Amino acid sequence: MKPGIDWIPPALLLAIALGALAMIGNPSTWVTLTVAGLAMGLLIFIMSSGLTLVFGLMDVMNFAHGLFIAIGAYVAASTLKLLSAAAGSQSFLANLGAVLPAMLAAVLIAGLLGLAFERVIIKPVYGQHLKQILITTGGMIVAEQLIHVFWGPDLLPLPRPATLRGSFLIGDMAIEKFRLIAVIVGLAVFAAMLLLLNRTKIGLLIRAGVENKEMVEAMGYRIRRLFVGVFVAGSALAGLGGALWGMYQESVTVHIGANMMVLIFIVIIIGGLGSIGGCFAGAVLVGLVANYVGYLSPKIALGSNILLMVLVLLWRPQGLYPVSKQ
Amino acid sequence: MIMNLLSGDGPRSRILTALLVAIFFALALAPFLFPGTRPLDVAAKVCVFVLLVASYDLLLGYTGIVSFAHTMFFGIGGYGVAIAMSRLEAGWASVALGTAAALVLSLVLSFLIGLFSLRVKAIFFAMITLAVASFFAILASQLSDLTGGEDGITFKVPELLRPATRLLAEPFLGVAIGGRFVTYYLVFGASLLLFLALLRVVNSPFGRVLLAIRENDFRAEALGYRTVIYRTLANCLGALVATLAGVLYALWLRYTGPNTTLDFAIMIDILLMVVIGGMGTMYGAAIGATIFVVAQNYLQDAMKALSGAMQGVPLLPDLFHPDRWLLWLGVLFVLSVYYFPFGIVGQLRAKAKK
Repeated sequence: MKPGIDWIPPALLLAIALGALAMIGNPSTWVTLTVAGLAMGLLIFIMSSGLTLVFGLMDVMNFAHGLFIAIGAYVAASTLKLLSAAAGSQSFLANLGAVLPAMLAAVLIAGLLGLAFERVIIKPVYGQHLKQILITTGGMIVAEQLIHVFWGPDLLPLPRPATLRGSFLIGDMAIEKFRLIAVIVGLAVFAAMLLLLNRTKIGLLIRAGVENKEMVEAMGYRIRRLFVGVFVAGSALAGLGGALWGMYQESVTVHIGANMMVLIFIVIIIGGLGSIGGCFAGAVLVGLVANYVGYLSPKIALGSNILLMVLVLLWRPQGLYPVSKQ
Repeated sequence: MIMNLLSGDGPRSRILTALLVAIFFALALAPFLFPGTRPLDVAAKVCVFVLLVASYDLLLGYTGIVSFAHTMFFGIGGYGVAIAMSRLEAGWASVALGTAAALVLSLVLSFLIGLFSLRVKAIFFAMITLAVASFFAILASQLSDLTGGEDGITFKVPELLRPATRLLAEPFLGVAIGGRFVTYYLVFGASLLLFLALLRVVNSPFGRVLLAIRENDFRAEALGYRTVIYRTLANCLGALVATLAGVLYALWLRYTGPNTTLDFAIMIDILLMVVIGGMGTMYGAAIGATIFVVAQNYLQDAMKALSGAMQGVPLLPDLFHPDRWLLWLGVLFVLSVYYFPFGIVGQLRAKAKK
């Protein structure tokens, strides 16, 4: 029997959005903020979904996840530089011809790197939490330094192609084009992930593995192989998120990943460690609240994420969607 | 007598003993052995970091919990003194007040974080502390009225510690006996005392319970020790000592800012020091901090020479660029975690046993 969906968190999101509308008062400002919040939330979701699945499946927490974000952004910057003719043109299609390969390259390289990272760094320390935290942190130190070696220590500009800048104006509502793209890509990733998890055999095994991996192994499936696949996919998604985030900020530094890690941790804690639906709800919640609070009272905005986390944990100590573990 | 001071927990290796004695005398006689501003700065930094890393070892090595908020407590100490000194008159009363306020704040924060997150897994604690520490760093840089923002606070120290103060008119053994001299010995003495106190703590019954929790928390709980309480206590104790280290460092630098206390890079440095030196040994903190701080200040010169010698070879000069010294320590760190989980101290002790 399939349990029903817990509708309270989505209802909470809706309530927050409507409450913000009442407090902001101006509908066009509200639309702009909501789109910005959704874009930010979905970008965070893309980056954090892999991490939470990896944790749910194998009890592995990768503190170097931010590395894949940084790599994605750097690879995107290099690709766009290579394709500068297409990226600099005024036609939307030509721009797309530059941005899509950049995103693809980011996904591929981050995925490959994820494979290498899993083999070399994480494989020897399964089941040892303390060592995992230490070793992945160490891997991050080394990798950040290697990025310095290959790309140099300075801030790298990552200019967005011309037709992706600026905003659409609908009435007096301004919606930044790139944010819309982030929302579309984010929703597509979420939809694809839901399809994969709920409608395919692999998805079934992943979900079963998160709940009880010994049982899945006992039935003759190699959970290790599944795990490597999820790890690589998660790294690739982090690379995609990094590429988009880099284009969004129009510059890349080596700290882009480490800075995001804090938000990502907050999101997966809020969502419930290992839960993909919780990760989505948590990411959108963090994105929306950050934007609303940033507009309503910038002073509190800095602490809003931490405050949000504390409130959610007081309400549901295991996160929005707790994963049942045997 | 000496074994009593060390709480009966000796180095248990001849080479290690020799190293520790060398470090001790180098630090104790630093103003006489290494004249000049930079070497004395390095020596003071070693003292402070030995203490800071030892207090972190109490958490990581002895209790088996990974905290990323240790620099936050270090920073609270630094900012406590700096704010008190810059707001009130620059006397000993302000030092005491700032230190006391910082200690109370650290105690409350570490207690809350511990109680809130130590019930669950080690990973959860690591994530929460990372989030809280980064929030604190942002807060410190944003509340610029109070903390001086990114610029930090430069403040005056009590009369006795000021560089211009001269206690003896004539230099003694070629060393000017003045404010810097006194400050150095204040930092050295306080660090030494607190280090010995930590050694006492880890060798007490309380310390044994912490070790039991590290080895097998389930069993420790079954034996009747409330692991949450012990972990939280260790967390508070580590935080308090880190706060005091922050106070000492601020007094030495006469400055507190985000880059000297709260930066995540310092947290990484602490991790490197404790793991390379040896987790769960206390002496590892002394070895690790000394190696690291000296490397930080002098390895770059060696790498510059190496990088220069390799000009013309592709990639290699970049790998040995002076700014890449952290790369090599990072590699050492990863190898340490795999192959020498008890670091340099563990290796030396294992050798002595054979």
